[in-house]
Amino acid sequence: MSVLHPERGPRFPDGRPEDEQPAWRQDFPIDLPQDVFVARRDYTKFLLLTSFAFVIGQFWIAARSVLRRGRGRPPIAKVARIDALPVGGALPFNYPGPNDPCLLIRLDDRTLAAYGQKCTHLSCAVVPKLDQGELHCPCHVGSFDPATGRPIAGPPRRPLNRVVLEVRDGVVYATGVEERTV
Amino acid sequence: MVPESHLFFVDPSRCIGCQACVHACSECDTHRGHSMIQLDVVDRGRTTQTVPVVCMHCDSPTCAEVCPADAIKRTADGVVQSARKPRCIACNNCVLACPFGVPKMNVGFELMMKCDMCYDRTSAGLKPMCATVCPSGALAFGTLERMEIDRPRSEPMNKFQFGRQEITTKVRWMAPRGRTIEHLDVTSAMDEPLAADAPSQSQGFVSVDALLDAMHLEGND
Repeated sequence: MSVLHPERGPRFPDGRPEDEQPAWRQDFPIDLPQDVFVARRDYTKFLLLTSFAFVIGQFWIAARSVLRRGRGRPPIAKVARIDALPVGGALPFNYPGPNDPCLLIRLDDRTLAAYGQKCTHLSCAVVPKLDQGELHCPCHVGSFDPATGRPIAGPPRRPLNRVVLEVRDGVVYATGVEERTV
Repeated sequence: MVPESHLFFVDPSRCIGCQACVHACSECDTHRGHSMIQLDVVDRGRTTQTVPVVCMHCDSPTCAEVCPADAIKRTADGVVQSARKPRCIACNNCVLACPFGVPKMNVGFELMMKCDMCYDRTSAGLKPMCATVCPSGALAFGTLERMEIDRPRSEPMNKFQFGRQEITTKVRWMAPRGRTIEHLDVTSAMDEPLAADAPSQSQGFVSVDALLDAMHLEGND
């Protein structure tokens, strides 16, 4: 079915006809018309498989959220003494697990905030730059508002995970993680 | 679409080595400063013969066969295009594989660039740039009928033998009419003593040196 030589078909290095060629030759044809040609059957197959993959993805998301609910509330953990943190300072800690880095920041005398350190764009660690009024992600120059954890510039669209804090007798405790989408 | 009736003819015996084709090619806006045609010197010590090397546009293009990135494609009119920039991975496979030595790697661009018979011109009914500037007609673009009238002593051929690989090309190569076709044993230069010891092994192939010697003698007569 060559456009080039309708009468004798395309030539192959081993000299055998097109029907006897391995299947990959049809996937990687040398001739441009065959390269750009998409068969209706292939297109239908692509649509079907892609929508099937989307359906599986939906079930996967549902399964994940059921699992997450089953895990229960995260433990209450002591983070730091409140006088160890000056105003405008930041303190890294891990919560709820040892591999979940978070940042405790003191915005003013009375306000404390803590956020997961994973940037919501591609999970780089955000760096506190409180003197410039932002939590900065150096990977793609994203920044978050230290007061709310919401993105203010750059590629991230979702706010950082917020760690719920409680202060008792001058000691800061983390009591939960709030995963936010907006 | 390059018209089916129009063919590209290369006649190395007419080449005077003036480099007009090389400079005309490198003036093109699609690859300014880089010539896609090469002017080869056959044997500098013994002859002034030069050969213009354009892409031969094979029926079964070896460069495209060996391309792992699927970057070299042939259009419906049989013109093998230069590597596509988004696909070419600069692996040099085509450079090593082409029996005519046409593709060249541009390391700075990380792109293989080769002659595409001035596809922008020929598909619009014009001649390739090199064929328009060649003063001696070593590069010509036209119909087969016209060529047979103009050059009755030359015979266009498009079948080549490289070892066990037989290649049919779109570009025609002009050879003296009625001459027996000699197949060059391109690998003979690699193991010369062996080839001299056992001529039966060469199976009708002529070694490069022997052919050059014969051409040299002929020229002296």
